[in-house]
Amino acid sequence: MALEPCTEVPTKINTDIPVLKERGQREVFCGLTGIVWLHRKMQDAFFLVVGSRTCAHLIQSAAGVMIFAEPRFGTAILGERDLAGLADANEELDRVVDQLLERRPDIGTLFLVGSCPSEVIKLDLAKAAERLNQRFFPKVRILNYSGSGIETTFTQGEDACLGSMVPVLPRSYDEPSLMVVGSLADVVEDQFQRLFDKMGIGPVYFFPPRRAANLPPVGKGTKLLLAQPFLGETVRSLISRGATLLPSPYPFGIEGTTAWLKTAADAWNIDSNLFEEAIAPAAARAKIALERYRQALTGRKAFLFPDSQLEIPLARFLSRECGMELVEVGTPYIDRLLMDSEINLLPVGTALSEGQDVEKQLDRCREARPDITVCGLGLANPLEAEGMATKWSIELVFSPIHGYDQAADLAELFARPLERRRRLTV
Amino acid sequence: MELTLWTYEGPPHVGAMRIATAMEGVHYVLHAPQGDTYADLLFTMIERRDRRPPVTYTTFQARDLGGDTAEMVKTSVREAYERFKPQVMLVGESCTAELIQDQPGSLAKGMNLPIPIVSLELPAYSKKENWGASETLYHLVRTLLLPIVPAPNTKRPQRESHIRPKANIIGPTALGFRCRDDIREVIKLLAEIGVDVNVVAPMGATPDDLMRIPDADFNICLYPEIALTTCTWLSRSFGQPTVKTVPIGVGATRDFIAEIGKVADIDVSQALARSQADTLGNWDAARVSSAAEVSASRLPWYSRSVDSTYLTGKRVFIFGDASHALAAARIATEELGFTLVGIGTYSREFAREVREVAKKHGLEAVISDDYLAVEAKVAEAAPELVLGTQMERHIAKRLGIPCAVISAPIHVQDVPARYSPQMGWEGANVIFDSWVHPLMMGLEEHLIGMFREDFEFAEGHMSHLHTAPAQENRHELPRETGISEQAIASTGGSNQAVLIPVAQAVEGVTWSADGEAELKKIPFFVRGKIKRNTEKYASDRGITSITVETLYDAKAAIGK
Repeated sequence: MALEPCTEVPTKINTDIPVLKERGQREVFCGLTGIVWLHRKMQDAFFLVVGSRTCAHLIQSAAGVMIFAEPRFGTAILGERDLAGLADANEELDRVVDQLLERRPDIGTLFLVGSCPSEVIKLDLAKAAERLNQRFFPKVRILNYSGSGIETTFTQGEDACLGSMVPVLPRSYDEPSLMVVGSLADVVEDQFQRLFDKMGIGPVYFFPPRRAANLPPVGKGTKLLLAQPFLGETVRSLISRGATLLPSPYPFGIEGTTAWLKTAADAWNIDSNLFEEAIAPAAARAKIALERYRQALTGRKAFLFPDSQLEIPLARFLSRECGMELVEVGTPYIDRLLMDSEINLLPVGTALSEGQDVEKQLDRCREARPDITVCGLGLANPLEAEGMATKWSIELVFSPIHGYDQAADLAELFARPLERRRRLTV
Repeated sequence: MELTLWTYEGPPHVGAMRIATAMEGVHYVLHAPQGDTYADLLFTMIERRDRRPPVTYTTFQARDLGGDTAEMVKTSVREAYERFKPQVMLVGESCTAELIQDQPGSLAKGMNLPIPIVSLELPAYSKKENWGASETLYHLVRTLLLPIVPAPNTKRPQRESHIRPKANIIGPTALGFRCRDDIREVIKLLAEIGVDVNVVAPMGATPDDLMRIPDADFNICLYPEIALTTCTWLSRSFGQPTVKTVPIGVGATRDFIAEIGKVADIDVSQALARSQADTLGNWDAARVSSAAEVSASRLPWYSRSVDSTYLTGKRVFIFGDASHALAAARIATEELGFTLVGIGTYSREFAREVREVAKKHGLEAVISDDYLAVEAKVAEAAPELVLGTQMERHIAKRLGIPCAVISAPIHVQDVPARYSPQMGWEGANVIFDSWVHPLMMGLEEHLIGMFREDFEFAEGHMSHLHTAPAQENRHELPRETGISEQAIASTGGSNQAVLIPVAQAVEGVTWSADGEAELKKIPFFVRGKIKRNTEKYASDRGITSITVETLYDAKAAIGK
């Protein structure tokens, strides 16, 4: 079957889209939260936060509802002696790491994760990681990154974590390879792998890998295809190791996925017939599946609070493929290098905002009375109680939403709150 | 630095938030970095509140640190006042803000707002959540009531005998363990004995309500971890006596009623007699009809009925905040007939009371906020049931021991929709059900002990929980560690390395093959204890290899 072209650039381009930049109270997570999914993605890794009781409390409040026979993250909590300089921070850290590795000899990679307190008192965790590596490598590799709230917002924690792995990636020689960057659900990785195989694109490496010990190689022949839009630092450090970025929209929805795969296919000079043939079955399936939810969503108004930097690609999917109207698309941070391909696809005149003053943004949201508000869990129930339908945004980071076979699932996530409201009578 | 896998309490500013969120008309401005707003989720998600906590965060970022973070505090205070118009404002800092020392409390006080400002000094690197809540409540009450404290040695006017006594209920907060329903149950108890409630605080109270605290005849210190400091100050300043019994468990509830009788000088004998009537299970047709209200708790009869006989001597380990741990120890030993094999608390402020109870049972109390230390103690005691916090669930899962939650820290499943107090008569009913539920039912326990090779009802299987059988030798890892066998094979590691036994075996003692085979015939939930006892018995007598005979010799010497 002939597919309708869905990757054409629209006639009007949003290159100079005005962005509302706001500062004030920000209702967002810090980068430490990335640990909540990264510990599952890389099962041989352990995340040791160096911080305060607040940091420990944050992670367990998020992940502690799951019961762990073997925890895969912990906190080295700073005490008054550490702050007063009575205890040597490096000795203390060595002691804690010894204690931890004694309990968990199966750990292959240990991340020392910086936090607000450790950064404010300028603890040099990079040096500490270097020193510990001299003792433990190759049995355990010790890496360091910052997940502090003063430096990072939510998904930027993954960016920082992957960024810390880039310098230790093995060097590949100049043979071409594709590196897909960003945490993907296992099932989605497998789907993409099959599509790349069909087209003859390869070798394909996924970064992060499922085990931190299996690091993908990087070098001059490496082409980067981003699965997640929040990986600016990682991409820049991969580029500095010789890799080339393939700028593309992100693989959300049919259009995004097709554009994303096409970017790789063009880089590999894949014949367009072969490309069409490879994607046809999945794309056709996705179209049928998506139709159901498009009907439920079309014409509805959406308001997106800033959370994960997924907002712009999602807004593009909701408007172009689900027929939704965008009231405001808030995002914590816009990285033009990674976002231009997406911004170009947004409807002309979309209200974009970067940063946040949460009270003022809530005022705008209440005023607009959107049909669905995408926001964090700190705002979701309170807005529901005010009579607004919400979709809690964190779920979008924890669900398989990329690719053709998840396009309908992604739309369903937004349709579900509306459907639920329709069903409930009490 | 302290390695913390799980923390029993949050930082002190979370305690302050629990006070502000519990109340009406109070706003809290918190100097904190971006990201500390995660704490909102404790209230909107874990407690499912339908509005945002009354907290404004300054949410400074790295780029602000070079600039004027003090100005951010002032802006936040001003905007919070203008937007929310609170009657009282709390101002404080989180752990990171404490390091940059902007003195937000003093800044706010210098802004001449027309409302009381309570400046909170909560040292985040030495104190924790409950202390923060207790301190916040105390400073809030003191700030509001100090102007009306009578001169020292002023006598409280006597309550006239025809007027019903009035009590304040002090201590219930947002995010407290079952506070929502405990209050209802306690108010019911008070009504039953003719005591009126004057103010419940902080839960549901406004600053005006706090101003009415001195009108009551006495204070009920329902949650000492939160309320004792405040109650002590009230009793010193306004001559209000404090009721200190925490009414969790049937016995404790009777003592609570008796103590109120004494403090308020009223006759409570009828209520006590009614509660005794249930103890012997005097159930006549009228009483068991579905329409009948039980006058007191069903726990005494449930616990005396014959199917509870198998609960006798079940070995239980208890850990939590001090009040709940102490209450649980009494219920477990005096009301359910368990044997206490370990007790501890993370509330250092109340360590003495817990130590005393431990001593009474010939135990050493575990006073620690170190999860790993608690885990080691549980492994060592090899209990058949753990009563603890959300954190003990992790320990119990690792050790394969049944577990029930009796204290904060909690997660969503312990803020249930149904009425589920811990206090009073109904609280005891809830406790009976929830503590017995994780244990294997009696019949299944007998049959597993008799016939060991069933294809369905295998080792450690509890069919009433729909769980899979426990793995005897852990040939494969528990699935939740998520490490596949392949992964282990590929690293060349052995799966034994992943599960280090938390409690080391006695040195110099080994098990012979027949001894070990016999040990496996012992029901799994007591096997750990028997193994330890036998090893100790052997090492005391210089036996190096444990045979079947040694096992039975030890059993005879030590008893079950």
